[in-house]
Amino acid sequence: MTRIPLRPLARILSARARGENPDTIERENIRLRQKQTHDRARARAQGRLLLLGVAFTMAFTSIGARMGMMAATMPTEPRNASSGAQIEAQRADLTDRNGRILATNILTHSLYAQPKDMVDPARVAHELVGIFPDLDEKQLLARFTDGRSFLWIKKKLSPEQMQQVHDIGDPGLLFGPREMRLYPNGRLAAHVLGGTSFGAEGVNSAEVIGTAGIEKALDARLRDPANAGKPVALSLDLTVQATVQEVLEGGMKMMQAKGAAAVLLDIRTGEVLSLVSLPDFDPNDRPQPMVKGDPADSPLFNRAVQGVYELGSTFKIFAAAQALDLGLVNPETMIDADAPMIWGKFKIKEFENHNYGPLLSVRNMIVKSSNVGAARLALMIGGVRQQAFLKSLGFFDPTPVELIEAPYAKPLVPSRWPDITTITTAYGHGISASPMHLAAAYATIANGGTLVRPTLLKSDVVENGPRIISPKTSQEAVAMLRGVVTEGTASLGDVPGYSVAGKTGTADKPKKGGGYYHDKVVNTFACTFPSTNPKYVLILTLDEPMEIVGSQVRRTAGWTAVPVAAEVIRRVAPLLGLRPEVETASATEVTLASN
Amino acid sequence: MTEMVYGSMPARVGEPVLPRWWRTIDKWSMTSIMMLFGIGLLLGLAASVPLATRNGLDPFHYVQRQAIFGGMAMVAMMATSMMTPQLVRRLSVIGFGIFFVALCLLPFLGTDFGKGATRWFSMGFLSFQPSEFLKPFFVVVCAWLIAAGQDLNGPPGKLISFVVAVVVVVLLALQPDFGQAALVLFGWGVMYFVAGAPFLLITTIGGLVTAGGMFAYANSEHFARRIDGFLTPDVDPRTQLGYAANAIQEGGFFGVGVGEGQVKWSLPDAHTDFIIAVAAEEYGLVLVLIIIALYAAITVRSLWRLTRERDPFSRLAGTGLACMFGVQAMINMGVAVRLLPAKGMTLPFVSYGGSSVIAAGITVGMLLAFTRQRPQGEMGDILFKRGR
Repeated sequence: MTRIPLRPLARILSARARGENPDTIERENIRLRQKQTHDRARARAQGRLLLLGVAFTMAFTSIGARMGMMAATMPTEPRNASSGAQIEAQRADLTDRNGRILATNILTHSLYAQPKDMVDPARVAHELVGIFPDLDEKQLLARFTDGRSFLWIKKKLSPEQMQQVHDIGDPGLLFGPREMRLYPNGRLAAHVLGGTSFGAEGVNSAEVIGTAGIEKALDARLRDPANAGKPVALSLDLTVQATVQEVLEGGMKMMQAKGAAAVLLDIRTGEVLSLVSLPDFDPNDRPQPMVKGDPADSPLFNRAVQGVYELGSTFKIFAAAQALDLGLVNPETMIDADAPMIWGKFKIKEFENHNYGPLLSVRNMIVKSSNVGAARLALMIGGVRQQAFLKSLGFFDPTPVELIEAPYAKPLVPSRWPDITTITTAYGHGISASPMHLAAAYATIANGGTLVRPTLLKSDVVENGPRIISPKTSQEAVAMLRGVVTEGTASLGDVPGYSVAGKTGTADKPKKGGGYYHDKVVNTFACTFPSTNPKYVLILTLDEPMEIVGSQVRRTAGWTAVPVAAEVIRRVAPLLGLRPEVETASATEVTLASN
Repeated sequence: MTEMVYGSMPARVGEPVLPRWWRTIDKWSMTSIMMLFGIGLLLGLAASVPLATRNGLDPFHYVQRQAIFGGMAMVAMMATSMMTPQLVRRLSVIGFGIFFVALCLLPFLGTDFGKGATRWFSMGFLSFQPSEFLKPFFVVVCAWLIAAGQDLNGPPGKLISFVVAVVVVVLLALQPDFGQAALVLFGWGVMYFVAGAPFLLITTIGGLVTAGGMFAYANSEHFARRIDGFLTPDVDPRTQLGYAANAIQEGGFFGVGVGEGQVKWSLPDAHTDFIIAVAAEEYGLVLVLIIIALYAAITVRSLWRLTRERDPFSRLAGTGLACMFGVQAMINMGVAVRLLPAKGMTLPFVSYGGSSVIAAGITVGMLLAFTRQRPQGEMGDILFKRGR
């Protein structure tokens, strides 16, 4: 576009020569230019206004059309109650690894009414309230008499209730057959099973669809008619699950914790033998999701899979294992552990300002749980290799367990990885993962070094994933973990005969706005047993526990999570078929006896 | 005769006010507005009776109130529509100042009537909602700013008006009243669009919003559940939406008959947000289509008349007002038929509410003032262009 200058020199000069005021030329040009822009704006606005008009016309038309469509359809009103379609076994059962039933279907009936056929609505309402005290008589009567022709009263009836309703004998009350999901074990494994609800409902049948947990994750498979109702076996062991739940519940109360979680993993197959999250719920009567507050406080929240926490010192073994595997150190190498360690503007301290230095062997770094030692090891390894190692252990992705909640529980990983992140990650801060992640990683470390992918489905095949560390490193790492129990922070976890090896972790809880609480911790004990030939990994987490038996409040994992885990192992190991390693008394020893 | 000859009697220059008003006003739109108001009273006879009985008042108490407020609204509409755009603009700037201050004072002096959002000033026997009045004045002020910005060497009007819009939206969102906030933002957006927003910007924003929505849907379980809940074909019959849907279906094409409807007894908002459901149940699809046609007529006709308008300010202000009016009606009805997610919004002129009806009267009064026929300089165009 060529622009006419506002003061064209030729015209100005000639005007001056003629003795005229040159400013009038500029003013005229400004007026013309303004008119031009206005005309352009008007042309553009015309098009856009037409566009708006068309958009409005279309929107109003679609609303009208939708109104017309709705007006043309009849209100949904199932016609009559015939026992036509059979709906048996539309959803496959769930069993534990030994075939004991976790979820099954039973036939029941729903109750609905056709008030137009009702003889005496007032009496019906009165008697129904007698059978179902949760109904409101006035409201019920109002609904029977407001002219509607159909209403649901109850979605599920017990046989006794059904007989009582039969006995009212009113033709306006009708039953619709229903197949409902039953969880005979109540709260047991609630977070794994999740729950179901009715989908599309008709008088003759209703869909049963999964709403959470494995019921939703495997919904398509469970409902697939091609499987002909063949039960799906889960990896859980019902007896073990019940035991873990019982001990954990007691331990949670004893340690004043507000929540707890435990995962027991078979480290050869990756099968989850037990998964407990407390507080729990009854999947037969699944509570409503919380509308307000932190969803993590809801009993529906699966702490073992959905909850991502900073897992603290349990991470130190990863730094040690990687350093061993890379050949940087051996268990007896002395490393710098002089506390506090100054790194830029950060100060790395030990628990209660101890100093385990100036030099400490790698093994004792794990046994004493030295933050500085772990930090030094991590710096030797370097951030890039550390990241790659943690990623290969699965700490950067959601766990693959077959729960609908699992893909949403992404670990919180720092986006950048400066040296200070390398340091804090070495002792489990700044990176958050779920107990399930930790279980898989410990299983990988303990089973000879091949990757373990946790699963909730029964599988007898020993699946050897890609190798992460060498068998020798694995052995050395387990030996170090054993040291933690025999002479370190987890001494309360020594269960006679089962040779527990594990690492404690006490992490301050992060505040919402940044920083950490000083009196709120997450305590974790990650262990494997028996250490002579590791078979199982147990992760036990307590949320905000405190041990108040002694003269002072103790909040470290060694005092809270470890004794609970020891009790779990003491009771579960025999159930798993582990033989205790009994040290036979030497023949020469004299047995002291007295009466 | 002598007086005429010597000019001692004042001779009128130009046309008298009323005949000129009648000649230049958009009579179709005005008739539509009157009809809507009539329908509103008619539906009020049905829909507000349950509320009155619940509050222990004379059954037609709210109809009488609405008739009084409606009369005031009609007077306001007539008076406003007689003004020139310049007068409308001046008064609007003053009005905007007053109601903006009122909006700012709400957190300190307002009441929430136990509804959880502080939106009203209570003055004993009546209460009023400043945000309803603020909307039309806001549109006019922004139109003024944007139009001034289009002048050569004019102020940065678009930027200033955007800042004003953001401040108002934030104030509304703090109440919280997201519906009105969205409406204000929409009004500003439409004016910006007509004033020549670059298409690249529009497509970019549209793309970003779509991408953001899809990202949120894929990554947030909570968000996905909300959307799925809206998209799911069957609706829980015990919610307001369920009742409304059922009422529309019960009504069919010709309705269940005057006074026979049931939905007004079960819906707490039958006289405001869900009045269209009452209309559909008692009078059927016929009345609903008439209502939709009336709103469409007002909106689209006003936009059509504005395409010929040459004064940038009148054009922008008219566009903002017409679109805001149309969209408010559209959202209200779209919610009832589940084309849009649930959002409380009144149906202008038809829903019960004093502030709402008077503010709507002022809004359409201004709209009528902006869409009046004025000389647009076509004659000048013809004469001017012929010379070249």
